[in-house]
Amino acid sequence: MASTTAVDVVMPQMGVSVSEGTITKWSKSVGDTIEADETLLEISTDKVDTEVPSPASGIVSEILVQEGETVEVGTVLARIGGEPGAAAAPAPPEPATQPAAEEAAAAATEGQAAPPEPEPTPAPAAPAPPPAAEGNGKAFVSPVVARIAAEHGIDPAQVPGTGTGGRVTKKDIQGFIEGGAQAAAPEAPQAPASEAAPQPAPAQAPPPAGPPAAAPAPPAAKPVAAPVPATVGSAQVGESLEPMSAMRRGIAEHMRRSLDTSAHVTSAIEVDMTKVVQIREKLKKEYQAAYGVNPTYLAFIARAAVETLRDYPWVNGELRGDQIVTRNYVNLGFAVELADGKGLIVPNVKNAETLNLLGMAKAIADVAKRARDKKLTPDDVAGGSFTITNPGGYGTFHGTPVISQPQAGILGTYAIVKRPWVITDENGADAIAIRSMMNLTLTYDHRLVDGAYAGRFLRDLRERLQSWSETDY
Amino acid sequence: MAEKTYLQAISDGLRTEMRRDNRVFVLGEDVGVYGGAFKVTLGFQEEFGSWRVLDTPLSETAIVAGATGAAIMGMRPVAEMQFADFVSCAWDHLVTIAAKQRWRAGTPVPIVLRLPSGGGFSGGPFHSQNPESSFAHIPGLKCVCPATPEDAKGLIISAIEDPNPVLFFEHKHLYRRIKGEVPDERYTTPIGKARIHQEGDDVSVITWGAMVYTAEEAAKSVDASVEIVDLRTILPWDKQAVLDSVRKTSKVLVLHEDTRTGGFGGEIAATIAEEAFEDLDAPVRRLTAPDTPVPFSPVLEKAFIPQADGVANALKELISY
Repeated sequence: MASTTAVDVVMPQMGVSVSEGTITKWSKSVGDTIEADETLLEISTDKVDTEVPSPASGIVSEILVQEGETVEVGTVLARIGGEPGAAAAPAPPEPATQPAAEEAAAAATEGQAAPPEPEPTPAPAAPAPPPAAEGNGKAFVSPVVARIAAEHGIDPAQVPGTGTGGRVTKKDIQGFIEGGAQAAAPEAPQAPASEAAPQPAPAQAPPPAGPPAAAPAPPAAKPVAAPVPATVGSAQVGESLEPMSAMRRGIAEHMRRSLDTSAHVTSAIEVDMTKVVQIREKLKKEYQAAYGVNPTYLAFIARAAVETLRDYPWVNGELRGDQIVTRNYVNLGFAVELADGKGLIVPNVKNAETLNLLGMAKAIADVAKRARDKKLTPDDVAGGSFTITNPGGYGTFHGTPVISQPQAGILGTYAIVKRPWVITDENGADAIAIRSMMNLTLTYDHRLVDGAYAGRFLRDLRERLQSWSETDY
Repeated sequence: MAEKTYLQAISDGLRTEMRRDNRVFVLGEDVGVYGGAFKVTLGFQEEFGSWRVLDTPLSETAIVAGATGAAIMGMRPVAEMQFADFVSCAWDHLVTIAAKQRWRAGTPVPIVLRLPSGGGFSGGPFHSQNPESSFAHIPGLKCVCPATPEDAKGLIISAIEDPNPVLFFEHKHLYRRIKGEVPDERYTTPIGKARIHQEGDDVSVITWGAMVYTAEEAAKSVDASVEIVDLRTILPWDKQAVLDSVRKTSKVLVLHEDTRTGGFGGEIAATIAEEAFEDLDAPVRRLTAPDTPVPFSPVLEKAFIPQADGVANALKELISY
């Protein structure tokens, strides 16, 4: 039933904390006919990617937000139906999306303030900032410094800091500006972000002939300086640029934050999977025929991991402030690569400790399918307590995964390969046998989990897998 | 112009108003024959007579209730509590009646309560408190906390003139210790206007009362230009002066002699965070007494009341942040 009054399609609220989303793809164009609940577009938020169904049947009369744009929840994205004449003017195509253009301009501004290479300077008379500054708190920019930096188009990381831990103080940045930063950053543009096309001139670093007096950065200031090439924002010969997706940005932020938060240590163990391989071969047909589910190795490992976590609550725990959180449940996360190879998402199976082998296999298949079909809800990706990542499908035999914050551990599973292996037969004689071997890694937050504790966890997990019997579920 | 102690300046202001305005009278325990617990009204009964300098029974409730009634009937009573601590006995009359009368009935209640407050002389838990924050939370009241003799005179006159109930916190430790030039003539000091005690560029101290001098002493021992803002009154308080100072220095220490939790410093710190966030170069720092009653022991009391060396340390931390 076609509507006579236009129906607005708005950016949906994808979870309580989500405030904006990016249009990744329009499935229909202006003038196309669409049925209610048919997919109209795909959106990407920092939590999930999903399809947006049409709220009504009719003709797509207007598309108001173009692919690649990020808008707030509730923004009208398109209209279905209404006066056909009103649909006459589709929004003009833009050469580049606005956010991307703004970023490019902002990045160019950063580049322009880059000081010349630091020259070796004699030791300063004043006591040098404590070297302990490296790392924690080093990059903290106070509100007033952030404001002054923005007003003058300066990257605070380029300013030598004299505050605690090498922090850039208000005086430091004021001195930097007065001491000649203007030479590098002439009159602060009133609104650099509004310049759609980055101007070529500021993208070039100033010639090192006249270094500003205050500019040579002590080496201490260098490591935190984001590696910003002078030409960020414009492609060089042979390069091409594309804007980061919301998901990629989320992954980038999370990976960096995780490494800055947890003390990552990885321990590895070799597991003889021969028995599991045999049992899986037998179960495969039965499970496929009766339940339509493939009992994957991952399901076996997940099942054994959940059992083992019972005895090692800290591996399933969390450091929250100065408190240690342990749980009577396991919300087991699985890293799922998306079909286009351009992202990864970690949905979790809630209360995985209640699932037997069949239940685990079904649950894994379910979240993986929904992840690939972009049908996950924000709840699916929130609240995980432990994660398994499975990069072994491509034959890799070792890795050092990054912990999904705020968890304390992540289990890596790797390729199962046949290897000659020394076994002891029932008569106590050693022999070389052909066994199906697999490496497992546990990457843990050493702030909470000690190496011996992690080692015992891996030992017990190996024992569970090696002694799996047909009657185990 | 003559040099006067803080106590003499209060006395001077009070006498000025009693000579000028027949409606002004004082009442309290031993304010007459004895001249008041700290001799602020010494000689008053001789000059103004026992009907205008009333010795009352030992009942703060009766004193504040009587003053409130007299004010509603058109008088300008100035009631003395021997110690600010005892005003809690009169909480109901002050907070339920005096503070709200104007708002519910339109009748002004121009009372002044003189509240000798503050510690530093081993007075212990009942004779040393700075309860201004409790009353700063009550709409309808005004809270005045002068630090200098000149302000003490100007503010007691403003308080008597004011049509609202005004709590005049006079710091006991300043009574005879602090001297300064005080104009002989009548003048008023505005309620709600801060005073820059000392100008500086590197860090601001926001404080009032006796802590102004603690801050001054601390500032001498740090190698930086310290600005000391003396709020003078905390209800209403001079937000603009505080924000102006913070915008200049970007680093701020809020200092008060009262205990920490629920202390008025929290209100100041929150306002700075809300309204001057983009001007801050360091977290807003509070230095206060800890959350305990005031101890008797001189050693413990010294540990309780912020001292100049503690303030200096806080300033150094802010400066090097």
